[in-house]
Amino acid sequence: MKPAPFGYAKAKSVDDAVALLARYADARLIAGGQSLVATLNMRLSAPRLLVDINALDELRRIEHDGDTLVLGALVRHAEAEHSADVARHAPLIARALPHIAHPAIRNRGTIGGSIAYADPAAELPACLLAMGGRVEIAGPAGRRTVKAGDFFKGLFETALGPSEVLTAIRVPVARPESRCGFAELARRHGDYALVGLAAAARAEGAALRDVRLAFFGVGATPVRAQAAEAALERGEDAVAALAHDLDPADDVQASAAAKKQLAGVLLRRVAAQLAEARA
Amino acid sequence: MTDRFHDIALTVNGEPVRERVDARRTLVDFLREDLDLTGSHVGCEHGVCGACTVRLDGAIVRGCLTLAVQCDGATVETIEGVADSGAIADLREAFERRNALQCGFCTPGMLLTAQALLARGGVPSRDEIRAHLSGNYCRCTGYHAIVDAVEAVAQARAGQVK
Repeated sequence: MKPAPFGYAKAKSVDDAVALLARYADARLIAGGQSLVATLNMRLSAPRLLVDINALDELRRIEHDGDTLVLGALVRHAEAEHSADVARHAPLIARALPHIAHPAIRNRGTIGGSIAYADPAAELPACLLAMGGRVEIAGPAGRRTVKAGDFFKGLFETALGPSEVLTAIRVPVARPESRCGFAELARRHGDYALVGLAAAARAEGAALRDVRLAFFGVGATPVRAQAAEAALERGEDAVAALAHDLDPADDVQASAAAKKQLAGVLLRRVAAQLAEARA
Repeated sequence: MTDRFHDIALTVNGEPVRERVDARRTLVDFLREDLDLTGSHVGCEHGVCGACTVRLDGAIVRGCLTLAVQCDGATVETIEGVADSGAIADLREAFERRNALQCGFCTPGMLLTAQALLARGGVPSRDEIRAHLSGNYCRCTGYHAIVDAVEAVAQARAGQVK
């Protein structure tokens, strides 16, 4: 199908984008467009105006100080995938990126778009939650920062207001004692996951501390598995504990029972990754 | 400016193009309907099948998930331009020799996607080839022959002729 008609405006700055969103009812931001244009083509969405932020170089930064890696909202998946800074400072994101869709889509899709769209089966929202990252937001009332745990509110629902723009994500820089793990199961490479798991932890001798497990594809948002986290820290059976954490629903891809079973399989794989010393 | 129609200027297969486009025109429809470049195919129109693959500023993208209006100032290459350049003559020949196409609908997208992998150099494993081509559907071949063709070209270009 073809999209319904819409107007189009190129934002000249982040403030300009915010002003356009505030001024025109039913306006939508377009960044990579890899989810949005599909919904336009299928007429699942029909905004009156698209506000294009692709020309905003200020949203393209990959920067780090001692503690934090900042990825601008317009950093393409492929750029992050091939970034030495991401590989070194945010290895969890580097591991997750090759699982996102396909090369032609990663060339266009953006980090900010994946977070703002908040598909419950997407990789990056879960990575952000596992890393304890933050989201930078610009809006009519100025700039603010929201913790990942407070950002994902419900199915495709985030803390972003209607006239707000996600400008960057901030994640803690990996330390020598940092550990991460990532695994997902999909019917075909690049498909949305049946179930996936992003994990971060800190090694203390042979033990793991500050374990954060973020499952995706098992609920309306990425889901922390806190009973399994505590079990891993105590060196106990985390897969058994997982029964307290996850309550997936049946969907078109898999039954709830299958998802629970697969979540346990992924947890074993990721627990093994967390136990490995960092290369 | 929040208009529906916009003037764009871009380079398509090395030639300058100026057109007035409706904002809702996708890049692949623009190429096919306005420029008569019908080598890029329209399959699923929601980014799944890869038949509309073209190059935008040197990188492969989905022609159905990119709007023409977003390509103002850009460089676009289609299968027509890339084939005419001779850069994939060996790949086309390998597809033919190995029966890597039957109906041919997916072939332009498949060739551009494979070339993006081959351009990195080296000889990718068969798993890497399959992962790289995972976003391009072929309903005829079962993929095996396509992987054969891409692998053969990678080996030939690396000087490891089988």
